[in-house]
Amino acid sequence: MARMSGAKALIEALKREKVKVIFGIPGGAILPVYDALYADSDIKHILMRHEQCAAHAADGYARASGQIGVCMSTSGPGATNLVTGIANAYMDSSPIVAITGQVPRPLIGKDAFQETDIIGITTPITKCNFQIRSAAEIPKTVKMAFYIASTGRRGPVLIDLPRDVQTEEAEIYFDDKIEFRGYKPVYDPHPLQIERAVELLIQAEKPVIVAGGGVIASNACQELVALAELLLAPVATTLMGKGVIPENHPLSVGMLGMHGTVAANYLVQDADVLLAVGMRFSDRSTGNIKTFCPNGKIIHIDIDSAEIGKNIKPHVPIAADAKRSLQAIYSRLTEKFNRRERSAWLSRVQEFKKMHEDLIKADNGDGVKPPALMAEMRKILPNNAIIATEVGQNQMWAALYLRTYKPRTFISSGGLGTMGFGFPAALGAKVACPDAPVVDVAGDGSFLMTEQDLATSIAWNIPVIVVILNNSVLGMVAQWQRLFYGRRYSAVELKGIPDFVKLAEAYGAEGVRAQSIEEFRSALKKALNSDVTTVIDVPISPEENVFPMVPPGQDLKNLMLS
Amino acid sequence: MDMEIEERVYMISALVEHKPGVLYSVSNMFRRRGFNIESISVGEAEQPELARMTITIKGDEAIVEQVVKQLRKLISVIKVSILDPKETVARELALVKVSTPDAKTRTDVINYTEIFKGHIVDVAHESLVVEITGDTDKIDAFIELMKPFGIKEIARTGVAALPRGMKSTRME
Repeated sequence: MARMSGAKALIEALKREKVKVIFGIPGGAILPVYDALYADSDIKHILMRHEQCAAHAADGYARASGQIGVCMSTSGPGATNLVTGIANAYMDSSPIVAITGQVPRPLIGKDAFQETDIIGITTPITKCNFQIRSAAEIPKTVKMAFYIASTGRRGPVLIDLPRDVQTEEAEIYFDDKIEFRGYKPVYDPHPLQIERAVELLIQAEKPVIVAGGGVIASNACQELVALAELLLAPVATTLMGKGVIPENHPLSVGMLGMHGTVAANYLVQDADVLLAVGMRFSDRSTGNIKTFCPNGKIIHIDIDSAEIGKNIKPHVPIAADAKRSLQAIYSRLTEKFNRRERSAWLSRVQEFKKMHEDLIKADNGDGVKPPALMAEMRKILPNNAIIATEVGQNQMWAALYLRTYKPRTFISSGGLGTMGFGFPAALGAKVACPDAPVVDVAGDGSFLMTEQDLATSIAWNIPVIVVILNNSVLGMVAQWQRLFYGRRYSAVELKGIPDFVKLAEAYGAEGVRAQSIEEFRSALKKALNSDVTTVIDVPISPEENVFPMVPPGQDLKNLMLS
Repeated sequence: MDMEIEERVYMISALVEHKPGVLYSVSNMFRRRGFNIESISVGEAEQPELARMTITIKGDEAIVEQVVKQLRKLISVIKVSILDPKETVARELALVKVSTPDAKTRTDVINYTEIFKGHIVDVAHESLVVEITGDTDKIDAFIELMKPFGIKEIARTGVAALPRGMKSTRME
């Protein structure tokens, strides 16, 4: 127990949660907290240039490290600017804690200057949010926020702190015990459901595993790969699941869904038993849900019981932690199962994978071809390099053609699909993992949404590499207009695109243009050795499409290959 | 192959933290996921820091399962139970203001109120306010009977419900 201000109590409480970094921007309603930070050297505050980037950076930090990312802003516009980043973290179950200043208590509800109802705004996009009403509540609330963000199905939590609570002096008591009446995540799988899953898997002739981000969140990647090897089952991943299995593993078949690989989509549709782990059957993964995996029995493991039966009713529901569930299934299976071959089924895997490789080779017209560019990037980057992506064509090319070898090295906005996410997320990832090279695979449209944080990367010495696939259009929208709207290109041409080389240089970063794979190779190698951020501008044709593609609402096998 | 989906009214009892914002997060979840609330009633429960919500919704089994799971997911919701209509007492209160321009209608309304075991809680020259308690069907029936007289206003509380006997929606 000690007497201190609310602001000081907040900083102390954050230290007790082992917070090392805060991404934020100050303002009127959070000034006392920033004053407390000024005197503190244990927590590093990184000044971002837009609050949206602060939230994305915290998110990228969380995804790369597995630790909670923290972002902070003032009230009103500072808080509302965080909203996209919070919604993004919510959709992808990323653990962040957002701290917002609020107008003093007596002014709440009076439409005071820079007042906004951030609790009301973020209720549907946070796991939980708190408005602290007295300084004495701070330690407990912070503890609860961090506990909720990092347990069960992870996600963002927001703490709203009125300015007069920050300045209030009170006896502050730090207690390590917190109690919840309405929050008790269940981690252990039900033994009966494990038995039912094991029975199905033993009988399976054509088993397929689909792994999502939950496998990474629960650190269950090794368990998943071990189970796949035991079962001889191919593994498809969702976008969020990229990295669960090394994508050069013989059983890895890449991503499934709207832009899934031929192998993933066909095998999932043909499976007789589908083991879905830490994923939520999103529309982008399933295609037409009515025809998804039509003859398969589905085992669905997810920590969030509300996901089970939400989109697809499984034959075996397992509402539990992925790691514990996979361990339980594995240990029961090893007692009963000793199959050592599955040649007919696995030969299909090889056949489909070859089709995928051929797609890259076939795409060899004029100019830089994105699939080849991705493959080239993979050759140059070390295995621990972290890839962040923007959203759109760049993201799908990276997902399809840039192999991921380790968990937490592919960071992408999956659920919300937030253009502008990749670059600030890359900055956050670099702060979390300073020794790993970090690359943002970007489009020109996406990068322009958050490029102002080049300033942050220079000012705070956070060197990342931005690879812009520059087609001067909103590429994915243009692709849909080309394929489904009779080439009526409505509002997709990005006129007035800046010269990205000069733009980078204006910030003090390095800029370079690569007109060919050869030029790109040397630019990337140089960037890897540079100690400042490098922007590599790669002009590509605006007519490029991402293939394979399943038209929206159609069966996963309905793949367009060109 | 269109399967017949059986829709019916379900009663859900939710024990929640009794603090600001909880009703908002519950109702907001219903709105955002497109679940339709038929009625909702909230009040302090057996412990002052808890409140009990009784929510009635129309839907099929899958929808109700989702509603319950989504409710349980909310941190401020402590316990959720689906109430079995056969094992539940459910009551609603309605205040019905009926137009009574003459002595005859006044007498009729008073008679009906007695039959329904209601009370006249306000008397004016041109109208009566009837308080009526019961399950939803009884209140609907009473309102139906009052329509020919001319209903001026209705206020209903929504259903409050508890399981009978030893069954419980309390915290363990």
